[in-house]
Amino acid sequence: MSPARRLPQGGRIDRRRRLRFTFDGRSFEGHPGDTLASALLANDVLLVARSFKYHRPRGIFSAGQEEPSALVQLERPGGRRDPNLRATRQELFDGLIAYSQNRWPTLRVDVAALNDRLAPLFPAGFYYKTFMWPRWAWKALYEPSIRRMAGLGQAPTEPDPDRYEHRFAHCDLLVAGAGAAGLVAALVAVRAGLRVIVAEDDVAIGGWLLGEGSARVRLDGERPDLWLAQVRAELEAAPKCRLLCRTTVFGCYDHNFVALLERVADHLPEPPAGLPRQRLWKVRARQVLLATGTLERPIAFPGNDRPGVMLAGAAATYLHRFAVLAGQEVVLFGNHDGIYAIARDLRWAGARVTLVDSRQRPAPRLVDELRDLGCEVRTASVVVGTGGRLRLQQVHLTTRARAQETTGLPEVIPADLLLVSGGHNPDLALFAQARGRLVWEEARGIFLPGEAPWPVRVAGGANGCPTVAAAFADALRVAREIVIDLGRTPPSVPLPLVEEPGAAAIEPLWRVPMPKPRQRAKAFVDLQDDVTVKDLELAIREGYGAIEHLKRYTTTGMGTDQGKTGNVVALGLAAETQGTSVPELGYTTFRQPYLPVPFGAVVGPHRGRLFDPVRLPPSHAWAERQGAVFEPVGQWRRARYFPRTGETMEQAIAREARTVRQACGLMDASTLGKIDVRGPDAAEFLNRLYTNDWKRLAIGRCRYGLLLRDDGMVLDDGVGARLGDHHFHLTTTTGGAARVLAWFEEWLQTEWPHLRVYLTSVTEQWAAFALSGPQAREVLRPLVEGVDLSPQAFPHMSVREGRVAGVPARLFRISFTGELGFEINVPAGYGAYVWERLVEAGEPHGLVVYGTETMHLLRAEKGYIVIGQETDGTVSPIDLGMEWLIARGKGDFLGSRSLARPEMRRPDRKQLVGLLPRDPAMVLDEGAQIVEDPTASPPAPTLGHVTSSYASPNLGRTFALALVAGGRSRIGQQLYVTRLEGPPVAVEVTAPVFWDPEGKRLHA
Amino acid sequence: MLLIPCPFCGPRAEIEFRCGGEAHIVRPADPATLDDAQWADHLYFRRNPKGVHHERWWHVHGCRRWFHLTRDTVSDRILAVYPVGSRSPLASREDER
Repeated sequence: MSPARRLPQGGRIDRRRRLRFTFDGRSFEGHPGDTLASALLANDVLLVARSFKYHRPRGIFSAGQEEPSALVQLERPGGRRDPNLRATRQELFDGLIAYSQNRWPTLRVDVAALNDRLAPLFPAGFYYKTFMWPRWAWKALYEPSIRRMAGLGQAPTEPDPDRYEHRFAHCDLLVAGAGAAGLVAALVAVRAGLRVIVAEDDVAIGGWLLGEGSARVRLDGERPDLWLAQVRAELEAAPKCRLLCRTTVFGCYDHNFVALLERVADHLPEPPAGLPRQRLWKVRARQVLLATGTLERPIAFPGNDRPGVMLAGAAATYLHRFAVLAGQEVVLFGNHDGIYAIARDLRWAGARVTLVDSRQRPAPRLVDELRDLGCEVRTASVVVGTGGRLRLQQVHLTTRARAQETTGLPEVIPADLLLVSGGHNPDLALFAQARGRLVWEEARGIFLPGEAPWPVRVAGGANGCPTVAAAFADALRVAREIVIDLGRTPPSVPLPLVEEPGAAAIEPLWRVPMPKPRQRAKAFVDLQDDVTVKDLELAIREGYGAIEHLKRYTTTGMGTDQGKTGNVVALGLAAETQGTSVPELGYTTFRQPYLPVPFGAVVGPHRGRLFDPVRLPPSHAWAERQGAVFEPVGQWRRARYFPRTGETMEQAIAREARTVRQACGLMDASTLGKIDVRGPDAAEFLNRLYTNDWKRLAIGRCRYGLLLRDDGMVLDDGVGARLGDHHFHLTTTTGGAARVLAWFEEWLQTEWPHLRVYLTSVTEQWAAFALSGPQAREVLRPLVEGVDLSPQAFPHMSVREGRVAGVPARLFRISFTGELGFEINVPAGYGAYVWERLVEAGEPHGLVVYGTETMHLLRAEKGYIVIGQETDGTVSPIDLGMEWLIARGKGDFLGSRSLARPEMRRPDRKQLVGLLPRDPAMVLDEGAQIVEDPTASPPAPTLGHVTSSYASPNLGRTFALALVAGGRSRIGQQLYVTRLEGPPVAVEVTAPVFWDPEGKRLHA
Repeated sequence: MLLIPCPFCGPRAEIEFRCGGEAHIVRPADPATLDDAQWADHLYFRRNPKGVHHERWWHVHGCRRWFHLTRDTVSDRILAVYPVGSRSPLASREDER
């Protein structure tokens, strides 16, 4: 048996096949070609949703992507769950499972509908006014309960099993919208030999011609289908044309960068093997043509949100495209000629129709024709209310004149469908996204496209064309302009002869004007956000009349539909209420995306292992075999520590740190940035960048270097070695490698292009292994050829070239632990080999392999800073106590002028010091605040913060580094360090070096 | 996303570039001769025009060359591209400071 409201014939549905689906657990049937909305309507399901704020019953309002009300949740196999889908755009498939949203316990009985009764308590700006005090209650009470109440669908709980693709494309012309105008323009462009992409949101090309237009329009005497089939065949056959249906242009960005969402498999239970669910296209188009058509707008009157209230054009679409007669007793309310044809169609389909025209004198021909068909026509009349509980049952009518009176009852007539049409707005959201200006046309009350900053054009309905013939002509003209702009010759494209009704006359009407006492029921402007005429009026009274304020204060147009149907009504109303004009009021910004885009599509393939590249140092495989624990350091994965069986992290680090100081240790330092600097002016160049004097560095020697920004703050540090007169090797921090190279290049190219210097990043070319500890020399000795390792021949801070384990190597005598240290650099391809030789050679000497955690502990014992830990962009070398690094007499360098400011020497600046907790077992929190008075209640003045904090097995106690205001003058004082739990703890301020302050071990 | 005509590589998407802010800020030859206010002006103060703006761009994920371009900050139209060390074809006297 056919569903209740399905007509026996007509429509673009395949009646031979039946598709079963469920909505809120009830089973229904539909056909291929149906949307979920058309199938629900066919089955006489009018109640499909509850509204956002008041939980009012809502139905299906439109037949397209602009739908504000009928949002549903789809559940698919494999944990797939999609909330907030428009039932009007979801294609039906066999086995579809949909649920209504934002209701409890059921759609018919929703407890939160109480909100509707309490509506006087929820005026515009409700949230701003209400949930202000007490402050703590927001997080604890208000927000959780608001979130429960005011929601849309539920987020999925399972990981998304589907694949999403990103594709890049270039074209000469991108056409958004394949209706009458878009297709003509595409034909012109294709015949001119241009590369064309045509994107259509719908499942097929045709736009309005697929639905209402199919009944209204004849092309060369035939139904439009014939012409559409010809066009489709030509576009599909054209080698340089890509026709994409089920594809929404959702973003028009700068310089014709256009984003498209292709719903590859949303019309199927799950994507077929090998196909993504959705595809995000990133298109750079030389020219963009927006043929996005129009969107019908409603009229605000009390009770205009009841299930059974629908846009007039939507009913026409359901009738002609889906063979669904959405009601038997229909009231059609509008302000233009277009509704007469719809009334006629509904009448022919068997409905009883009452047409309510707000205009005084519509064309008598139209009125007479309808009356001859047996329809009632009321002119100069308006709808002032509706009745019915979960669906429309009555419509309240009166004349415009009587609507203005404060007394008098309206006429009540029975109805199960109320169709509304306030006119058609050109859909210019994409044009506005592309920063095109919108120009107001008073006569029709619509925005039209104005100027755009780059080649974005608009044609057809979106350009204000009232008829198909006008749209054809407009598209032809615009497409020719485009072809000529791109240097081609416009081809001949004969257009079919159009038979259609003429342009519809209209008198704009935003709302039914009624005196206050009659406005008891809510008249909605924005159905999705539950914004009423009253809310707008209240906001304006409270001073939020400016359009951007009005939007935010009332939330009008802020739903997932972005106010596609209601925004112009809100604007018109706001202008009317304030006695101003729409152009004076302006319009709110149109933002991307045009339609909601799933996160999966935005993320695309960039998740899991493909989220970010992982960089691995040469010892990684070895470290993995040893069971190392790793940590991410930027893109690098570094070994954090190497636990032995049964060891905790603390025990492992204590063992590693002790062994380095007592015997020796080996760490992979290959992640350090390395820059090869060559050229006759290399020393001069480095002198300008670093605080140090590089001209006086002898060949074969190294220097610890500090880079400052020109504001005097520390940017990075590292060791530089002079390998030749014109050749230096600089290291940077692991995280700073790219930044420092960029810094070098910028100054070289932009400020000092005359310096003859060549910069090469060699970070990944050299493996670097830090070997340090008293036994380091003995470990290394048997592996080294060609270098005398004795302290006299190879002193601290020098570099030698030779071989290690037979591999060409650079040996640096440097140390980040404070022990005798060598950094062995070999070509990265030999890294893993040399690493294992070093580990073997170390075994007899008790060598330990250590990770980043031990490295940090050891360097902190020695008071060596870590960029980004002891510095944060506001710390100068003076603050760090590193003035000894600032070369005197070499002249200007970056940061030098700023260091000369008196401000930099203020004694109360935060300075680097050490902290020893009074309790030697207390590990301070890094980042903890330092205060003078532990009893002061917050907000208490803080003196600084802990930058590094460790338990040291070598010191037998805990210690920390800190930045403390006037820290150096506080050495010996007692201060307090806050904790997350418990009272502040006492610490003694010390110098920041805890281990071997004389540096005897370093020079061993 | 802007389409930036790199003078070395041709038109490329904005994500390949990094903007270096206002162009033609020359680092003083001898900063030591500047007083603090002059130095602060050099370091921190930038024009923020509504309209024509000359700025530095770096093709970081491309040829890694710096260059200048003139952009209308209202429409984001790129009006000119020119090498480091030269004047914009659209430079007015007010731009040179």
